[in-house]
Amino acid sequence: MIGKLDQNLSFHSNALVLRSQRQQLLASNIANADTPGYQARDFDFAAALRAAGGQGAAGSAAQGVVRTSAEHLKPAATVDGARVQYRIAAQGSLDRNSVDMDTERALFADNAVRYEASLRFLNHKIKTMLSAIQG
Amino acid sequence: MSLFKVFEVSGSAVAAQSQRLNVVASNIANADSATGPDGKAYRARQVVFQTIQLTGSSGAPATGVKVNGIVEDSSPMRRVRDPAHPLADKDGYVTMPNVNVVDEMVNMISASRSYQTNIEMMNTAKGMLLKVLTLGS
Repeated sequence: MIGKLDQNLSFHSNALVLRSQRQQLLASNIANADTPGYQARDFDFAAALRAAGGQGAAGSAAQGVVRTSAEHLKPAATVDGARVQYRIAAQGSLDRNSVDMDTERALFADNAVRYEASLRFLNHKIKTMLSAIQG
Repeated sequence: MSLFKVFEVSGSAVAAQSQRLNVVASNIANADSATGPDGKAYRARQVVFQTIQLTGSSGAPATGVKVNGIVEDSSPMRRVRDPAHPLADKDGYVTMPNVNVVDEMVNMISASRSYQTNIEMMNTAKGMLLKVLTLGS
């Protein structure tokens, strides 16, 4: 029973966690809009959500590399199996900063709205279950 | 809870931008200071931003900003001919600061816009967190 409850809620709770991590990443991009040499980063949300739900192949591939020495390169940062990647700048700048404020702010707002959407779905699921329990 | 990290990231950016604004204010205020404590004309200053990796972040990397240092502008000083000035040299020229007021105004607008954006981001994150608190009610 508890398993079913968890299954019912897990998709949107996974989405919520990933959305908040993406929000953090986009905040980093916007905060560093004036830092010379900073490269904007993002991750593939769909791939991350698939991996978080245990349906993707991305998760298994990301765990393939093991560091056996401190001198080895660190494996690329991942969010639930989806690699954090650098954004391709539409217009490069002289200080090698690839943050495009319009793109980042649009994505930030978009992400916030989708976060709220996930939150509402979750809320409705909880309400549905509560009405099933309480009658 | 990575949404709290947004506050750390944006907070560091707000602090860095306000320091930049501070330096701009001092540059503009001293745009005509022909002499200083060391007897020389004021040199324009610029902040250097640097990314910092915030500790203890799981999953997505959280990168803040800090002011790495304040460098003095090495461009040549402005020479103004004014023989009546008490600091004029034997040719009648006074060495004035190398502050470019137009550049500084642009810098100021850019800093204040970045400041605004980061405050807005914190507001968004705050709204999101407050909505989480109403979950299930």
